Amino acid sequence: MSINDNIFLVILASAMFYGTPLVFASLGELLSERSGVLNLGVEGMMLLGAVAAAWVSTNVGGPAYVVLPLAILASMVAAGLGASIHAFLTITLRVNQIISGLALTIFAGAAGLSSYLAGIWHLGQGPVRHQFLKIDVFGLADTPVVGPLLFHQTLLTYLSWVFVIAASVYLFRTRMGLHVRAVGESPQTADSVGIPVARYRYAHVIIGGSFSGIAGACFSLMIVPIWVDGMTAGQGWIALALVIFGFWRPDLTLVGAYLFGALSSLSLILQSRGIQISTAFLTALPYLMTIVVLVVVSNSARRKQLGAPAALGKPYEREER
Amino acid sequence: MNRFRLRLEPRSDLPKWLPWAVPVGSFLAALVAGAVVLLITGQNPISVYARIVDRAFLSQGAFTGTLISATPLLFTGLCAAVAFRIGFFNIGGEGQFVMGAIFGSGIALKMGADAPGVLAVVVMVLCGALGGGLWGLIPGILKARFRTNEIITSLMLNYVAAVIATYLIFDSESFWRELTGSGAVFPKGKLIPDVAWFPKLDLGSIIVPFGFLLGMVIAGWLFVLQRKTRFGFEMRVVGGAPTTARYAGMRPTRVVIAVAALSGALAGIGGAVDVGNFRHVLDPKGLQQSGFGYAGIVVAALARLNPVAVVFVAILLGGITNAGYALRGPDFPAGLVGVLEGLILFFTLGGEVLARYRISRTVRLGESDKALEPA
Repeated sequence: MSINDNIFLVILASAMFYGTPLVFASLGELLSERSGVLNLGVEGMMLLGAVAAAWVSTNVGGPAYVVLPLAILASMVAAGLGASIHAFLTITLRVNQIISGLALTIFAGAAGLSSYLAGIWHLGQGPVRHQFLKIDVFGLADTPVVGPLLFHQTLLTYLSWVFVIAASVYLFRTRMGLHVRAVGESPQTADSVGIPVARYRYAHVIIGGSFSGIAGACFSLMIVPIWVDGMTAGQGWIALALVIFGFWRPDLTLVGAYLFGALSSLSLILQSRGIQISTAFLTALPYLMTIVVLVVVSNSARRKQLGAPAALGKPYEREER
Repeated sequence: MNRFRLRLEPRSDLPKWLPWAVPVGSFLAALVAGAVVLLITGQNPISVYARIVDRAFLSQGAFTGTLISATPLLFTGLCAAVAFRIGFFNIGGEGQFVMGAIFGSGIALKMGADAPGVLAVVVMVLCGALGGGLWGLIPGILKARFRTNEIITSLMLNYVAAVIATYLIFDSESFWRELTGSGAVFPKGKLIPDVAWFPKLDLGSIIVPFGFLLGMVIAGWLFVLQRKTRFGFEMRVVGGAPTTARYAGMRPTRVVIAVAALSGALAGIGGAVDVGNFRHVLDPKGLQQSGFGYAGIVVAALARLNPVAVVFVAILLGGITNAGYALRGPDFPAGLVGVLEGLILFFTLGGEVLARYRISRTVRLGESDKALEPA
C-alpha cells in the first residue's frame, strides 16, 4: 500500500475536488461584498451557470478543448446576467439587498429558471457529453504525497488557484483593488476622491456573479456530470458563510472551502474504510462550525480588524453627502 | 454626447391609491415578464396562464387544493413578515418549520391513540410553536448578545434542522420512525394516530383545512398586536430607529429576542399543522423539497409585511404552487412556479421604489454639447 492511499491524503485530495466549486462561488461573493453589495443569490446563480454549462457541453459540437471553455464561458454569462438583475435593483434602485438576493435565488434556483431551462432543453436524460476529468500533470500523479494533491486534479481546480492568486493580488496590490475596498468601506469618501462608486459596484457584482456560474459548472461538468434539478444542493449558501469564515480574504476563503470540502467527503471516505461514525453529525458539523465562527467574528471592532467591509449591505445615495 | 442617468427623488406626498396600486401593478408586470420568458422559450403564455388559473382557482376542487398549498405559506409568510418588520432578517423559517414538524409529530405519537382529539390538536400546535420558537431563539439571542449576523446563522440552522429530521427517519431507529411493515424495508415516519389528525371544515364545494383557519386567526391577532399594543409599538420603534428606542427606555435586545422567538414559533406552528392536517408523518424529504420557508419570504415581501395581506398573498401563491403540482408533466414547463415567484418579487421590489421615489432622468451634457449650456 503506497503512502498515497493514506487516509489523510485521500481526504485532502477529495476535499480539493469537492471544495473547488466553493472556492469559485465564495471568491465571487467576496468580490461583490468587498464592493459593498451582499448577494444572497449565489445558489441561484450557480444553478444558472450549471444549466448553461450542461447545455453547451451536451449540444455544441466539437472537440472537448473547444466545447469545455465555451461551456465555462456560457456559465459565466448566464450567472452574470442573473447578477446584473441584483445589481440593477440594489445599486440603481437601492432595493434591500437581502430580499433582492433571495428573490434571485428563488427566481433562478432549484424550482425556478434553471429547472425550467433544463426541462425545455431536455437535459438530465443522460450525462453531459464533455466533462472535466482529473489530469495527470507532467506524469507526476503518483509522486508520494504531493502527487494526488498537486498533480492529479481537474483543470477547474487549477483554474480556481489562479483565480485566488489573481484576486488576492488584485484586491491588495493594485490601485483598482484599493478603490474597490474603498467603495465597500466608505462609498462617500471614495466618491469624494472621484472613484465611480456605482460603476465599481456593478462591475464587481456582475463579475462576482459570473464566478458563481463557474462554481455551478463545476457541478454539472465535474462533480456530477449530469443535470439534476437543484444539483448544487445548498452549496451556494455555504459559499456565503465562507466569505465571513475567510475574513473577506481570498486565500483564507480557499482554506475554508477545502475544510468544508473535506467535511462533506469525510463520511463517505470513512465509511468506505469501515470506520463507523454518525453521518448526521459530520453533515451538520460545517453548519455548526460556521455559526461558531460567526459568533467569534461578530464583535464589531474585531470585524473591522478582520476585513468586513463597513458599508456592506448599505445602498449608497449620492445626495446624502 | 448626452448621458442619461436615472435619479431617485423622494416623493413628498403619497397618494392614497399608491400602496394598493403598486403591488397590483407589480404583479401584472411580473406576469408580462413571465409571458416574455414563455414566448422566448416557445410556449404559449395565454394557454399556460389560463391553465394555471383554472387549476388554481376555477376547476372542481381546485380551490381546496390551493388552500392546502397556501396553509404552510401562510405560516412561513407570517414568520418572515413579523421578523422583517423589525429588521431581523430571519431566513430560518425553513428550519423552524421542520423543528415544528418534529416536535408536533413527536408529541402526537407520544400521546397515542387514546388522547382526546381536541387536546391532541391543541397540544400539537403548542409543541410546534415551542419547537420552532426555540429554533428561532438561537439566531435571536446570538444577534442580541453578540450582534451576530442573523441571516447566516438562521440559514445554517435550516441545514442543521434538515439533518436532524433526516437522522430521525433515515439514520437511526428513533421514536419517529416506522420500524414495522414496509417501514422495515424503506425508511419512513410513523403515522400519527387518527385522533391527532386536524379537522377540516367542509363547505360543500370547498374544504377548508383547520390549519388555514388557525393561520387566519393568528394573522388577525398579529395585526392587532402590531397596531394596538405596547409591544407592537416597541416593535415599530425598534424596527424604525433602534437608537431612539434605547433613548426612550426600551430594550431593543429584548424586543429582538422576543420577536425572533415569535417568528420561529409561527413557522413552527406551520410545521405542526403540516403534520396534523396533511402529511400525518414526519417526512424529511418532502419538507426539504417543498422549500416553504424561502417561499414564505416571497409571501411576506409581496404582502409588504402586513399580516392580514399575508393571508391573501398566501392564497395567491398557494394557487400558483398548487397549479404547478397539478399540471406537472411533460407539456407543462417545470420550474415555472419559481420563475413567476421570483419575477413577482423583483417587480414588487422595484415597484416599491417607484412608490417611494419619483424617478427623474437627468441629462448630463457632454463636452461637445457645452455650447448648448446656458451661460
